Amino acid sequence: MELIVFFILAGLAVGSALAMVTSRNMVYGVLWMVANFAMVAILFLLLNATFLAAVQVIVYAGAIMVLFLFVVMLLGPQRIPAIETIPMQRPLALLFGLLLFLALSAVLTTNRLTGQTGDVTPQALERIGNSVLVGGELFSTYLFPFELSSVLLLIAMVGAVVLAKRKL
Amino acid sequence: MVPLSYYSILGAILFSIGAMGVLLRRNAIMIFMSIELMLNAVNLTFVSFANALRSVDGQVIVFFVITVAAAEVAIGLALIVAIFRSKQTTDVDDVNLLKG
Repeated sequence: MELIVFFILAGLAVGSALAMVTSRNMVYGVLWMVANFAMVAILFLLLNATFLAAVQVIVYAGAIMVLFLFVVMLLGPQRIPAIETIPMQRPLALLFGLLLFLALSAVLTTNRLTGQTGDVTPQALERIGNSVLVGGELFSTYLFPFELSSVLLLIAMVGAVVLAKRKL
Repeated sequence: MVPLSYYSILGAILFSIGAMGVLLRRNAIMIFMSIELMLNAVNLTFVSFANALRSVDGQVIVFFVITVAAAEVAIGLALIVAIFRSKQTTDVDDVNLLKG
């Protein structure tokens, strides 16, 4: 049952990713991307990551893609001409993409995970809950990176305002 | 129970499609979205490994990746808007001021 759900989601995710990469209209590209993020969010649910599934939908499919759509609309959703500006660009891109896939899948499938297994069993997840576990880790082991990420977001906010403003 | 290698292969496929998008497209926004696709593929691999190792550390790292991606999108789109304002294009081939 889980396997069937996985294959349907995987097919939809790969299909929407391909549609995004090949779409001539940028608005359609953004919408395909939203579909892809939704599929990955459901895959997160299959992997017992309920908190991240919610974050994926709210932050990625919600905030980030709306920002993309906003900029596409702001700059005018022009159709992209189907001409190659660099000779042999398409065949070479396909070739290198295929080589990258072969290399990645070879590395990922031949090496086995040898790390120490933690104590987050399905029973523990059932009892405590995924959000509590992620939050606990975030505010204890990863407290310093968490504080740093707030500084990063502040810098990004100031930087975006400075870059987008015409005259300071 | 879905084997771990299936998720790894799916992550590899999505990452390769993203890399292909960066190589295929000449529009800055489409290249940017392809980079987001690659980040997403890596997130999927992180979560699947975290699930296989019965730990939540991988999920915390994905949380940080999403934070950095949000900051990156804000800055990147501001840059694209600034480039469009001065060049009237988002085609990366037309932005070659630094070319010698």
